[in-house]
Amino acid sequence: MPRAVASDPPGTAPARRRSARRGALGWLFILPFLIVFVVFLIGPLAYAGYLSLYTKGLATGTTFAGLDNYTRAFGDPSFRKGLWFVLRFSLVVIPLQMIVALVAALVLDEVTGRLARFSRLVIFLPYAIPAVLGALMWGFLYSPSFGPIEQLASVFDVRAPFLLSQGNIFYGLLNVVTWQWAGYYMIIIYAALQSIDSSVYEAARMDGANARQIALRIKVPMVTSALTLILIFSLIGTLQFFTEPQILGPIANGTVTPDFTPNIYAFNLAFRYAQFNYASAISFALGFVVFVAVAIFMIVTRKKGSIFT
Amino acid sequence: MSDVRRRPRHVWAKLLLLAMVCYFLVPVWWLVVASTKDAPGLFAGSGALWFSGFHLFDNLGDLFTHKNGEYLRWLGNSVRYAFAGGVGCTIVSVLAGYGFAKFDFRGRSVVFALVLGSVMVPLTALVIPTFVMMSNVGLTDTIWAVILPSLLSPFAVYLMRVYAAVSVPDELLDAARIDGAGELRTFLRVSLPLMRPGVVTVLLLSVVGTWNNYFLPLTMLSSSKLYPLTVGIGLWSQLASSNNGGGQSLWNLIIVGSLVSIIPLVIAFLTLQRYWQGGLAVGSLK
Repeated sequence: MPRAVASDPPGTAPARRRSARRGALGWLFILPFLIVFVVFLIGPLAYAGYLSLYTKGLATGTTFAGLDNYTRAFGDPSFRKGLWFVLRFSLVVIPLQMIVALVAALVLDEVTGRLARFSRLVIFLPYAIPAVLGALMWGFLYSPSFGPIEQLASVFDVRAPFLLSQGNIFYGLLNVVTWQWAGYYMIIIYAALQSIDSSVYEAARMDGANARQIALRIKVPMVTSALTLILIFSLIGTLQFFTEPQILGPIANGTVTPDFTPNIYAFNLAFRYAQFNYASAISFALGFVVFVAVAIFMIVTRKKGSIFT
Repeated sequence: MSDVRRRPRHVWAKLLLLAMVCYFLVPVWWLVVASTKDAPGLFAGSGALWFSGFHLFDNLGDLFTHKNGEYLRWLGNSVRYAFAGGVGCTIVSVLAGYGFAKFDFRGRSVVFALVLGSVMVPLTALVIPTFVMMSNVGLTDTIWAVILPSLLSPFAVYLMRVYAAVSVPDELLDAARIDGAGELRTFLRVSLPLMRPGVVTVLLLSVVGTWNNYFLPLTMLSSSKLYPLTVGIGLWSQLASSNNGGGQSLWNLIIVGSLVSIIPLVIAFLTLQRYWQGGLAVGSLK
C-alpha cells in the first residue's frame, strides 16, 4: 500500500511529534489495565512478600522475622505433605488430561457431521459448569448408597471402590479434574488444528502418508505451541488445587484434611487460625514453587516452541 | 481402495466419540434426571440414572422459596459479579491488548514482558494478600472485593494482543488516520469490529471465570446475602452433609439449583459458538 503523505516523510519534525503523541496514546490504551495490574498483582505480591517477613504474636506484637516463616514453611510437614500431593497429582493428571484432549481433538478434526458437532459440544460442556458443581455432581455419582457406580457394580455382584475414601480420593479427584478440563483443552487444540492449511495434508498424502502418520507426524507437531500453553495452564492450576477437595471434603468424611493441598492449608491458616503472616508465606512459597516449575518446564521445552518465543 | 480403508477407521473414530460423549455427558444426564425426583426418589437407590416420578416443578418451587428466596439472591449476585467483572475485564484487556499490538511507545516491551511473566503468577496465591489489603481499606465483604480483583487477567491481555496483531492490518489504521479519524474513533469504528471474535472469546472466558470463581468470593465475603451461587451452593452442601440444614430436602435443592445455575452459561456458549472458537484458534497458534 502506497504511503500517501509525501509532504510528511518519516523523520521530519511533525511526523516525529505525531508518533510521540501516538506513543502517549498507547500508554493511555494500556493505562486501565496497568492500574489493575499494579493494584491487584504487583501490590498483593509485594504485600505478601512483606507480610511473610513478619510474625505476629499475642504477647510480642508484630516483629520482623526475616526468612523464618519460609524456613518454617519448607520444614512444615503439613506444607510438605500438601506440596507432595499436588506435585504427584500434577504428574498424573496433566498427561491424562492432555491425552484425552489431544485424542478427542484429533478425532474431531477427522470426523465431520452431526455426531462430531454434538460430541464437540458435549466434551466441552463441563468447562461451563462451575468446579463446585462438577465436584458435587461426581460426589453424588460416587456415593455408595445411591450412586450409579455402585448400582452398576452390584449388577455384576461386585463392590465398587468408594472413590472418596482415604486410599481412593486421589483417583476420585483425578476423574473430576479430567472431566472438568479436558474439553476446554480439547477446544484449544481443535481450534489450532482447524487453522492448519489443508494443502499440508494433501502433500503428505501424495508422499504416501496414512491417516495415523499424518496425525502423529504432522498434526501433533503443528499444535505444539497450543499443547505447551495448555501444559503451563494446567500446571499452574493443579499446583493451586483448592475447590474440588474443599467441596468434596464434607462428603468424604475426614479424608480431606485441613492441610490437604498447600492452598487449602493457607486458607485454613488465614481464616481459621488468623495467621495471616504465615499464610502469606505459604502462599508466596507456593507461588514460588509454581514459578520455578513453569520456568523449568519452559527451559526444557524452549526449542520446541512456546508462547514466550 | 482408499474408500475401503477409510470406512472402518471412521467407524472406530465414531465409536470412540460415542464413548467420550457418554463419559462427559453422564454427570449432566444424572443432574437432569435427579432434578425431577423428590427426596425419597433420590435416595431410594433403584436406578440413579433413570426417572422415577416427576417433581421438577415442585423442586423448582422449593428452590426459589427456600429461606425467602436466598437462591434467587445468589443468582442475582452471580449475574452481577459475572457481568461487572467479566465485562470490565474484557474492556480493560481489549484496550490493553490493542495498545500493546498497535502502538509503538517507549517501555512497551518491558511492560509487556512483565505482563507475560505474570501469566505464570497463580492468581489464587494473590487472594490472601488481596484479602488483607482489602480489609485494611474496609472493602472486604462488599461486592467490590469480588468485582475489582476479577478485572485482572494477564492471559486475556496476551490473547487480545495476539488477536489484534493478526486481525487489524496496520495499513487500514494508517488509512483511517490519514482520513483524519482520531485514535479512539479508529479503535471503535475500524479495529473493534475486526477484533470481534477475539473480544467475544475474552468476554466469554472472563464471564465464565467470574461466574465459576469460588476461592475469591469464599475468602472475601462473610455475609451470605452477598454470596454468588458457587459459594451459596457450597454452603448448602456443607449444611446438608453435616445434616444441620434439613438433610434430605436440601440435597434436592442443591441438585435442582445446580441445574438452574448451569443453564445460562450453556446457552451463552451455544449461541456464541461461532465467534469464540475462531478467537481461540488465533490465541493458541502464535
